[in-house]
Parts: sequence; structure tokens; C-alpha cells
Amino acid sequence: MKAKIYVTLKPGVLDPQGKAVAHSLHDLGFDDVADVRQGKYLEVELTTPDKKKARADLEEMCKKLLANTVIEDYRIEIE
Amino acid sequence: MKSAVIVYPGSNCDRDMQVALRKITGSEPLMVWHGDSDFDKVDLIAIPGGFAYGDYLRSGAIAARSPVMREVVRRANQGVFVLGVCNGFQIVAEAGLLPGALMRNRDLKFLCKDVHLRVENAKTAFTSHYAGGQVIRVPVAHFDGNYFASDDELKALEDNGQVVFRYCTGDGELTGEANVNGSMHSIAGIINKPGNVLGMMPHPERLIEDILGGRDGRALFKSLLKTFPLAA
Repeated sequence: MKAKIYVTLKPGVLDPQGKAVAHSLHDLGFDDVADVRQGKYLEVELTTPDKKKARADLEEMCKKLLANTVIEDYRIEIE
Repeated sequence: MKSAVIVYPGSNCDRDMQVALRKITGSEPLMVWHGDSDFDKVDLIAIPGGFAYGDYLRSGAIAARSPVMREVVRRANQGVFVLGVCNGFQIVAEAGLLPGALMRNRDLKFLCKDVHLRVENAKTAFTSHYAGGQVIRVPVAHFDGNYFASDDELKALEDNGQVVFRYCTGDGELTGEANVNGSMHSIAGIINKPGNVLGMMPHPERLIEDILGGRDGRALFKSLLKTFPLAA
């Protein structure tokens, strides 16, 4: 099965890259852009058919490596 | 003093660290390859600068989970001294030996220049050869040096005197401009509460003799030598 993992900066953590992207969008005329937050997207292929185990493993993966929980949140979607 | 330098694929300040330790402590450091978690007992483990494992995912993230780092964490928890410089600071923070995280520099630029640092705590085993409040000049070379920690962590760091170096002007003033990478509280280096793990973004090992442009980094290694005299 395939899992999609979204890693995003926690609210309140400054995101200078997101700010730079927002500036650039403004320069292109997208005046409605209020803010941009940049994050990471990972696809993880798993061999187990057990969704419950997969979710538990993915949680551990996020906590141990994929996200730095000092500054980042994560969200897991399993297909 | 016995020391070791951890060498990762992508380390690039390991030789500078080796030379600094050899010249100032008078004994040859062990160079420990990242896959080797079984190395001799040492007093100090240095994690050098560079781009360990290409800094994939996040700076220091993969290196912090490597077998050798698990051993470093185990020894650090037993009181062995650990010095993480630049990428080494990112690695020890990612490994949980120090609080907080090193984020992308405020101005989104790789910074490679000399900066001034104010020695905030000269009572640590790493800084006793400096004077409290002394201003030193040391190079930085990093993209991700913007120190972040939660309000609670920052308060604890400040209350416990764990902030060891801050970016400042040549006169020792803390200004937004002198805080080159946007770090919270202008933090350039911190120490853990027991006092055996120091992480810093600037490179003291790059400034140990006049031919390198200055000697302001020497005192850090001399301080360690005082803690671990040669005879020991």
C-alpha cells in the first residue's frame, strides 16, 4: 500500500522560504496571496496489507525521522 | 586528552578539527568512520562541519540516526564530552542531545564570513579560557543556522546559563544585523544542562593559528585541555 506524508512547519514557526515564495507570487500579480507555508511531501510504499500496523509504523517513522517535531507537524494519509 | 572526530560521507571540516585537536591538545584524535560504532574510549567526541549524508531530508537528520551517533548519544549520556560544530551542531540537535532546531537562515543565503561572538558563559569546560563577555571573531559557513526553540526551552536555556555564544557586533552589541542568520536570542552556541555537550554554528577549529587569519578559536580547545590534562 502507499502512504502519503505531509510535513509542515508548526504554526508560529517562521518560514522564510514560504515568505519568499509569497513575495514572488505577488510579483507575478497574484495579489490575493495572503501567506505561503512551504513543506515536504513524501510517498512511502509499504509491503504490509495491515492498515492498522501501517499507520502505527508510519507514526513512528514520522516521530523518529521524517519530521522534526520541534518545528514540524505531520499528517499521514493511507491509500 | 583523548579525542575522536566522527567522519560522515559529506563531512568537510573533519581534517580542520583533527589538526586543531592535534596541535592544541597534543594528542592525535581518532578518526571514526560513520559506520563504526565500536571505537576506543575517549574524553571528547567532535562532530565536525560539512553536509553529512548530503543533509537529505533536513540538515543533520540522517546523520543523527546513524549507528555511530547512537553510540555518541549513549556515551554523552554517560558524561563523555561532545562538541558539535556547524553541521555537527545540527546533528547533535537532531539527535536530541541539545534542545531546539537549526532552520534555514533568515535571509535565505548561505553565509560564509567572519562573525563576532560574545562569550556568554565562560564557566563551561569548553570556554574557561575565554573571559565572560569577551568578543571573539570566528567564521561561519552555513545555510541552516537559524536557531529555533520553543519559548519554554529558550527560557530554560537563558535561566540555566546554557547560552554560551551569541552573535554580536565588534563591540559586543546584540543587533538584528549582527544576528547574521536570524537566530532566536542571537544564539550561536548552547550547552546542555550537565555541561558536557556543546553545539555551535561558528567554526573555532578554523581559527587556531595566525596563518589561518586569527587565533580566537584556540581558547576553546585549551579549555578542554584544562578539563582533561595530558597526563590523564
